[in-house]
Amino acid sequence: MKGLKFTRKQLCIPYLLFLLCFVALPLLVVIYYAFTNGDGQFTIKNFINFFTSPNTLGTLFYSFSIAIATTIVCLLLAYPIAYILARSKMKQKMVLVFMFVLPMWINFTLRITALKEILTLIEGNLAYYPFLNSIIGMTYDFLPFMILPMYTTLLKLDNSLLEAASDLGANSVQVFLKITLPLSVPGIISGVVMVFLPSMTNYVVLDMLYNSTYIMGSFIGSYFSAYDWHNGSMISLVLLAIIAIITLMTSKYTDENESRGGSLL
Amino acid sequence: MQDNILQFNNISRTFDDGFTVVDDFNLSIKRGEFVTFLGPSGCGKTTTLRMLAGFDLPTTGEILLDGKNITDLPANERPINTVFQRYALFPHLNIYDNIAFGLKLKKIKKSEIDKKVKKALEMVDLEGFENRKVQTLSGGQQQRIAIARAIVNEPEILLLDEPLGALDLKMRKEMQLELKSMHEKLGITFIYVTHDQEEALTMSDKIVVMSEGKIQQIGTPEDIYNEPKNAFVADFIGESNIFNGIMTGKYKVRFCGAEFECVDDVPDGTMIDAVIRPEDVIITTPEKGTIQGEVISVIFKGVHYEITVLSGKNEIVIQTTKKSEVGEKVGLCVEPDGIHIMIAENTINKFESAIDSNYKLAFLDGQLECDVTKVLTNCKKNEDGVLVDEHGDEIEIDKVKIIVSVKPEDIEMSDDADAGIVQGNIINLIYKGDHYSYVVRTEDEHDFIVDDEDLWNMDDFISLIIPQDKISYSLKK
Repeated sequence: MKGLKFTRKQLCIPYLLFLLCFVALPLLVVIYYAFTNGDGQFTIKNFINFFTSPNTLGTLFYSFSIAIATTIVCLLLAYPIAYILARSKMKQKMVLVFMFVLPMWINFTLRITALKEILTLIEGNLAYYPFLNSIIGMTYDFLPFMILPMYTTLLKLDNSLLEAASDLGANSVQVFLKITLPLSVPGIISGVVMVFLPSMTNYVVLDMLYNSTYIMGSFIGSYFSAYDWHNGSMISLVLLAIIAIITLMTSKYTDENESRGGSLL
Repeated sequence: MQDNILQFNNISRTFDDGFTVVDDFNLSIKRGEFVTFLGPSGCGKTTTLRMLAGFDLPTTGEILLDGKNITDLPANERPINTVFQRYALFPHLNIYDNIAFGLKLKKIKKSEIDKKVKKALEMVDLEGFENRKVQTLSGGQQQRIAIARAIVNEPEILLLDEPLGALDLKMRKEMQLELKSMHEKLGITFIYVTHDQEEALTMSDKIVVMSEGKIQQIGTPEDIYNEPKNAFVADFIGESNIFNGIMTGKYKVRFCGAEFECVDDVPDGTMIDAVIRPEDVIITTPEKGTIQGEVISVIFKGVHYEITVLSGKNEIVIQTTKKSEVGEKVGLCVEPDGIHIMIAENTINKFESAIDSNYKLAFLDGQLECDVTKVLTNCKKNEDGVLVDEHGDEIEIDKVKIIVSVKPEDIEMSDDADAGIVQGNIINLIYKGDHYSYVVRTEDEHDFIVDDEDLWNMDDFISLIIPQDKISYSLKK
């Protein structure tokens, strides 16, 4: 087997090729289309279009609102669930965790279709409450992604810290506010990131619920299906930039918190 | 007694799985005392401390602080602070906020808090550390912060749960002395939990030796070391030679095949355990020694040599500054006050058992063949197989209790689980010169004392072979 040794660099080649083909190249193509017009000439008209078109800005704002609302609803629902799951001494805890994770294993289309039927039964026509339904659909879809990181963070929480706090005179509310909540911030952040970003661009849920195109993901799709690749590319590029900025901001924060959390162990 | 700050009355704690970790714990602690709970892991010392701190509730019994019952008082309302084993500093707060945590909750003025935090940091020799982050501190520094965080609240009692366990040896010795002087300076009551007997002897005013949830002995370090109450304490505190023996007259005791003079007045004929500290054995020429033997090992330990002498079947460990050679024939003698006599306990295994309707013993799932008619006097089985007394009346079998007893030396141990009638784990072992005395706890929580010449390890899972004819039965009166 002599001669079959690879250096670390050589081992990287497949990944490099993959990155090149499926990340760098498509990105370059998107950038190319974003800054050219139909004749292949350089232009920033698409960029200006983005920020002058009320339709585009409106959709962006709407997507943002849905994403933020979904994240907040998920957060409010998930934290108590995660807290109970992680801190209770219940023996059937794992069964409960499974109950929240299990839906994720069921086919996505099936889940949304089922939700649609249920909502139609209640509301009649889903188009009456588009915003509400968007949030219900996305919350249903993304809730496990919020629960799991918070659950793991709370599970890791050192019980002696809580005891130390009450030993120093904190009642149970104070223990929660001063110790449990601050120390679960890393879990909250990663939950927020995992819910906010996909709900920003996800359009399948809304598309399936009531064929809405009034959201960023399907908005871009509509440009591409109309063969306006240039404006479509620009919109996705701007979206990419926005998401990149948000991710960088939060990752800096989570990193700092994780190193703090690390000292716990 | 007056001025007892703390009183434990019949405290017991049984976990949900039925395991009793603390069993009828009674103790009073004087104001300003440095008390150490000492024992091997799992002896219930930490659970006792947790009940005092308010993290755990006793199953029965009460804890009195200054005469007031605090048994059910939540932890945050007790004037008691704890230094945790793993420090438990809050990782998201800096040193200042960690120390000020308790003070801020009491709504004390900011300037006052500043002053107190500064003073507490001075106390632990970490001035100027206010703005440091917890994770930038070494283990020893974190330990000091944990102490500062507790004492800044001026508690009436400071609890320390193996606070030095995670430090290296040198650091530990240093902190021991510092804690001791801190105790003198503050004048508050310290309750310290440790499994390190040297630490306990160095620091404490009073030591509470615990084993298997029970207090074995309470006393000053000197008492505990020089006058251990039983073989467990003698074995746990420092090195010791323990021999089975018997009293042969006033101040006379026989063990290791010779008669020794002693200073304990124990009635003639009493079975005893004799404890001799290795430093109390004197090596002389064979003619001058009370017993004779051969040196089988010599180990240099820095300050002294540790010499093992085999005399007959007994091994005796000696600490001395004079060297001997392996194979040398020597004589050994002990001054009368070097021999500590303990009245032997647990020399026989006794278990109480009920009888079921088939006249089988419930003990060990009815495996024992006990003839009930021989235990109960004046009774017999009538034609229907029902047990009746001398008047022919049926005996109410559920009121009868039988004592099953078996001698430790009659039980054999085997690592083949099917060889014996009951299986269990070794939870305690003490070397007694020519044999080991084991305590084996079975799955249904019966403790058997077994004497065996072979060495088994702690926690070994073994099977007990008990010959039926060696078991004796008697009626519980």
